[in-house]
Amino acid sequence: MPQYAVLLYERVPPEELPQEVMDAHMALPGKIRAAGGREIAGLALQPAATATSIRGELLTDGPFIETKEELAGVFVIEARDLDHALALARMTPIVEGGVEVRPLLGFEVAEEG
Amino acid sequence: MSGEVAAAVAEAHRREWAFVLAATVRVTRDLDAAEESVQDAYVSALTAWARDGVPARPGAWLTTAARRNALNALQRGSTLRAKLPLLIEPAGEESLGGGLGPGGDGASGGAEYDAADAIPDDRLRLVFVCCHPALAREAQVALTLRLVCGVATPDVAHAFLVSEPTMAARITRAKKKIAAAGIPYAVPAAEELPQRLDAALTVVHLLSATGHTAPSGERLVREELADRALDLARTLHALLPAEHEAAGLLALLLCHHARRATRTDAAGRLTRLEQQDRSRWDQAEIAEADRLIVAALRAGPAGRFTLQAAIASLHAHAPSHAETDWPQILELYDALLRVWPSPVVALNRAVALAAVEGPAAGLTAVEAIERDGRLAGYRYLPSTKADLLSRLGRHAEAADAYRAALALTDNGPEQEFLAARAEELRGRGPLSRGERP
Repeated sequence: MPQYAVLLYERVPPEELPQEVMDAHMALPGKIRAAGGREIAGLALQPAATATSIRGELLTDGPFIETKEELAGVFVIEARDLDHALALARMTPIVEGGVEVRPLLGFEVAEEG
Repeated sequence: MSGEVAAAVAEAHRREWAFVLAATVRVTRDLDAAEESVQDAYVSALTAWARDGVPARPGAWLTTAARRNALNALQRGSTLRAKLPLLIEPAGEESLGGGLGPGGDGASGGAEYDAADAIPDDRLRLVFVCCHPALAREAQVALTLRLVCGVATPDVAHAFLVSEPTMAARITRAKKKIAAAGIPYAVPAAEELPQRLDAALTVVHLLSATGHTAPSGERLVREELADRALDLARTLHALLPAEHEAAGLLALLLCHHARRATRTDAAGRLTRLEQQDRSRWDQAEIAEADRLIVAALRAGPAGRFTLQAAIASLHAHAPSHAETDWPQILELYDALLRVWPSPVVALNRAVALAAVEGPAAGLTAVEAIERDGRLAGYRYLPSTKADLLSRLGRHAEAADAYRAALALTDNGPEQEFLAARAEELRGRGPLSRGERP
């Protein structure tokens, strides 16, 4: 099945996320599996203020791209197609922000069964 | 004879392209490879039909030829396959288009195929791929024209006033995204269908609108584009007979089409609705639209295309501009604004309001829309305001508003119309202030 990265953008810093949102994150892989997909990997990021960026020789503090909604996490899912991936990504718990779904390069396409 | 064959191939291109391409995509699962195979099939039709005669079912002949080309290319190990992932055809959905069979709407057929060979009508899949919300609207429109209507890329570029390389790049990018992101070659699931259909209908409506008022150039009506949009609306309605908004869009486009001959005068100048010769409107098309509208309205709460069609139909039936049923049109606009709160709808509602309650009420509404700011740069805002101001006798302000509208349009006939109106009012300018009610 094709693989997609789901990039999670959130305005609320991770330490301030309500408990029910944290719980929903924990429950997400199970929900994705129940909907016929699979979560392959997940990364939760420390706040953007903790980031250090390198551009050429230049070191700067902070994230590479400044946005109101910080990149807060990335997870990788397997889905049948984009519509399925979008349906799975929609289940992501978000307080204030949204997600971006990106296909991964070099995925294999399910053969017709 | 060769002229007849060329005409038959051209006709088959217009009527059958989408059917042939959609059926071939199923073999290639690659849009580019399918397009190439279909192009080749049309080229070979020119010689084969001249030799053997035009087949009884050109669509079936072309589909067979295109699929054979595609299979041959696959056997030759065409390199196209290696570059991008194949289109995803969800398993278990094979039957979706199958029930329609070849010639589901009578446009094409395949009596010579037995059941095992039957070519399912995949045109809906093609439409929904082209109009997928993961593609930008301009990409949706370009892809629909290129892939569903079979319009050549240079002509698509011309229709949207961009250079050929720009349009070619736009179409290529969109095709890449379809493959790379895994946009499925499928009709959306029932729960998603209304929203996805709305996107597809919006694209068809946009094509029609572009056809009727080309954003620039000398000809007000780009007949080809408007005709393609009407064909497409007809196809969508035939393939999705239970979807009332598809019927609504077809009815709306029929109402526009019925008035086409009178939108410009003999010299190609724009004529206003009140000046159009209503006896030249196509009554058969208006009657067809009415049947669709009545059925759609009976079926439940009307959607935005059905409501717009109902408004267009009331205009079409009015014996004159003055005798138009403006109170009912105003009611329909109120309903339309509820399902589709767009400032353009609000502006049209203001025109109806002016017809019911007088130009002062209309002007108040237009000024409110102006303050809202979302229609800045929309040429029909100042031209509507100008018309209302001139009816209130505020000629100098009206002339200014016409000039503001003039600055916002590149369409030749529209420019002439607005300039003439501004000029006409300029002579009466000094009176305006004193006449203000």
